[in-house]
Amino acid sequence: MEATRRRAFATPADTVISVIVFGLLFYILWLVIDWAFVRAVWSADAVDQCKVDSIGACWSVIDARHRLILFGLYPFEEHWRSTAACASIIATVVLSCMPAFWSSRRLITLWIVGFAAYYLLMEGSLIGLPQVTTDQWGGLSLTLFLFSSVVLLGMPMGLGLALMRRSNMPVVRLTATLIIDFVRSLPLLTTLFTAAVILPILLPEWLQGDKIWRVILAFALFFACYQAEVFRGGFQAIPKGQWEAGKALGLGQWTTLFDIILPQVFRHALPATINMVVLTFKETAIVIIIGFFEMLASAGAAFGTGEWVPYYLEVYVFVGLIYWVFIFSLGQYGEYLKNRMKVDHR
Amino acid sequence: MRPRAVTGAGPKLSNSRFGEPMVAATARSRKTAQMRRLLIQAVIIIALVAIVWSTYTTAQTNLNALGITGGYAFLERATGWSYSFSLIPRSVDDTYLRTLTIGFINTLFLGTLCIVLSTIIGFAVGSIRDTSNLALQTIASVYVQLFRNLPLILQLVFWYAVFIHLPGPRQAYALGEIVLFSNRGLMLPALNISGQTALILLLGSIALGVIVLFARITAMRALFVWASATVLAIAVSLLMFVPEGEPIASVPTLKGLRFQGGMQMTIELVAMIVAIVLYSSAYIAEVVRGGLAEVPRGLIEAGQALGLSGRTIWSRIKLPMALRSIIPPLGNQWIFVMKATTIGVAIGFSDLFMIVSTSLTQTGQTLELIAILMGAFLLINFALAQFVNVINRRMQLKSH
Repeated sequence: MEATRRRAFATPADTVISVIVFGLLFYILWLVIDWAFVRAVWSADAVDQCKVDSIGACWSVIDARHRLILFGLYPFEEHWRSTAACASIIATVVLSCMPAFWSSRRLITLWIVGFAAYYLLMEGSLIGLPQVTTDQWGGLSLTLFLFSSVVLLGMPMGLGLALMRRSNMPVVRLTATLIIDFVRSLPLLTTLFTAAVILPILLPEWLQGDKIWRVILAFALFFACYQAEVFRGGFQAIPKGQWEAGKALGLGQWTTLFDIILPQVFRHALPATINMVVLTFKETAIVIIIGFFEMLASAGAAFGTGEWVPYYLEVYVFVGLIYWVFIFSLGQYGEYLKNRMKVDHR
Repeated sequence: MRPRAVTGAGPKLSNSRFGEPMVAATARSRKTAQMRRLLIQAVIIIALVAIVWSTYTTAQTNLNALGITGGYAFLERATGWSYSFSLIPRSVDDTYLRTLTIGFINTLFLGTLCIVLSTIIGFAVGSIRDTSNLALQTIASVYVQLFRNLPLILQLVFWYAVFIHLPGPRQAYALGEIVLFSNRGLMLPALNISGQTALILLLGSIALGVIVLFARITAMRALFVWASATVLAIAVSLLMFVPEGEPIASVPTLKGLRFQGGMQMTIELVAMIVAIVLYSSAYIAEVVRGGLAEVPRGLIEAGQALGLSGRTIWSRIKLPMALRSIIPPLGNQWIFVMKATTIGVAIGFSDLFMIVSTSLTQTGQTLELIAILMGAFLLINFALAQFVNVINRRMQLKSH
């Protein structure tokens, strides 16, 4: 209480500013609550009430269309699989935030298990469920699929590029530098567009694969090039003595790298890595432009037909809230880790 | 405790006995390592050449099968299609070269505008977050956390949807009858010069800004030279280009269902600006706050001990110190803004990416067009990076 008084009402000028600004904030907050809760219509059956002028948010559209937003065109009877698959990815992300899982072996196992569970559930044919092909995946589950596969593929690629860039072989170093700088100078959309549209012309038919996998690989390359720079920062923070100590103990170069250097690199690179992961989640929405039915596209479809056209605001608020909660909490977690590591160094 | 080695065993470990063979062994292993390194590099070069060659031949066969001849001859052909936005006169008879140039100008125009606006707002919000007043801190944090934690493209389609649903021209929101906002776009009063003249003025002003930045004069004087020269250029062009008997400024007015006069910004352009500026200024605010927080407390206390006023401490100590750590990430954000203009295709704003992808579906000149697109962004990136380097160097020089 005392702290609040000192920070908000220290001088008369401060008091005036505080009263005005807090008043404004509470007024906006009240408007939002009034619109979203007090005057809102909740059930899909009551959609007729939405047409009255004095009514607030019409959540009927969410009640009626949330499955489309979350799961896209996935077969209706199989939605439990989509739900379980999404839960598996979310659990993977949450678990990897726990220090108990912070060893390379556990993290790799966790992500591979989580991703495999997702894929087996969604695809189905391998575990005796009806097959659902990737072109029927959509909504939040497609967003999570893109996100997790990009991170899972991009992380080792990024490490590989970072190691290549540190190599003492000029050709290897130059190749890595060229790839990293080139991809980093291009907008993500250009990279994805090239993978979706241009690669079929450049590659023989047997090498093309599905459009979605080409796009995921290109996205992973984009992630890897940024992540390689993050790792590079981590490598630069390791004193030379660590390498020499490994040598003095008679360890081979690779043993030193994997058992002594890399754990420290990961530690140093952790906050920036979380930033990259958050950014990746945000950027997945861009694939709507090259024709994938991810959450933003399914949101557009949710208010795209018939009676739901006027309620675009409610749909965007709903989808925005999902994105926001995920991105905000991961971001706050990264911030917390950064502060904790600062304390450790003192 | 390990038992001490017997003295007799000592010489066995010394160099005199193992030295020579060990050196030989290292020399040999060094040689094999050298060979291995050469081999690996040779394999990589061969693989790269093979990849380039095979993609080239595959592309040739595939394009031949589609009946497309390579080369840049198509740039001279007329396009025959229209698009949403251009600063300079255009028609459907324009060549591909001119249309692509217009797309490039649009990207640069939108990017520059967004960079300037988001830097100003970002510095304001970031500084507000650094003040001691709790209420101001709160509102700035809400701003940052709201706009930074939502995908940019979501914000873009959201604002676009909101703007389309604005009332029509007759019921437009008006601010003093000179600023009108309707589902046709944002109408602003403007100087009575053509878009082309305005573009030349803008480019000249930017060029002058860069020159002034290179010149070894103080920041205040540089700002003064730049601002006065820009105002002078605008005044001269007003005298030269405003037609006889017309006012120097034109105000938008409603004629039937269309607006005439003033500066007319389409809703695509307004949505792009609003979305990118909100998102990017939230990022810049975080960068600025971080930079300000890094200034050592001792420096500020030193300023207070010297009896400097709060404002002087801010402008002479805190901001210059903070700028050193703000500029590099700020430059990255500027480059991001330029790249972010590509999402304009989602709502039909005719930036370079949209022009390229439309040209691509019309002509099928895939490789040439994608090369143009990539080349343009490499150029923008390189130029901006150089620009940021110059600013950075100027900031560093002054400290010594």
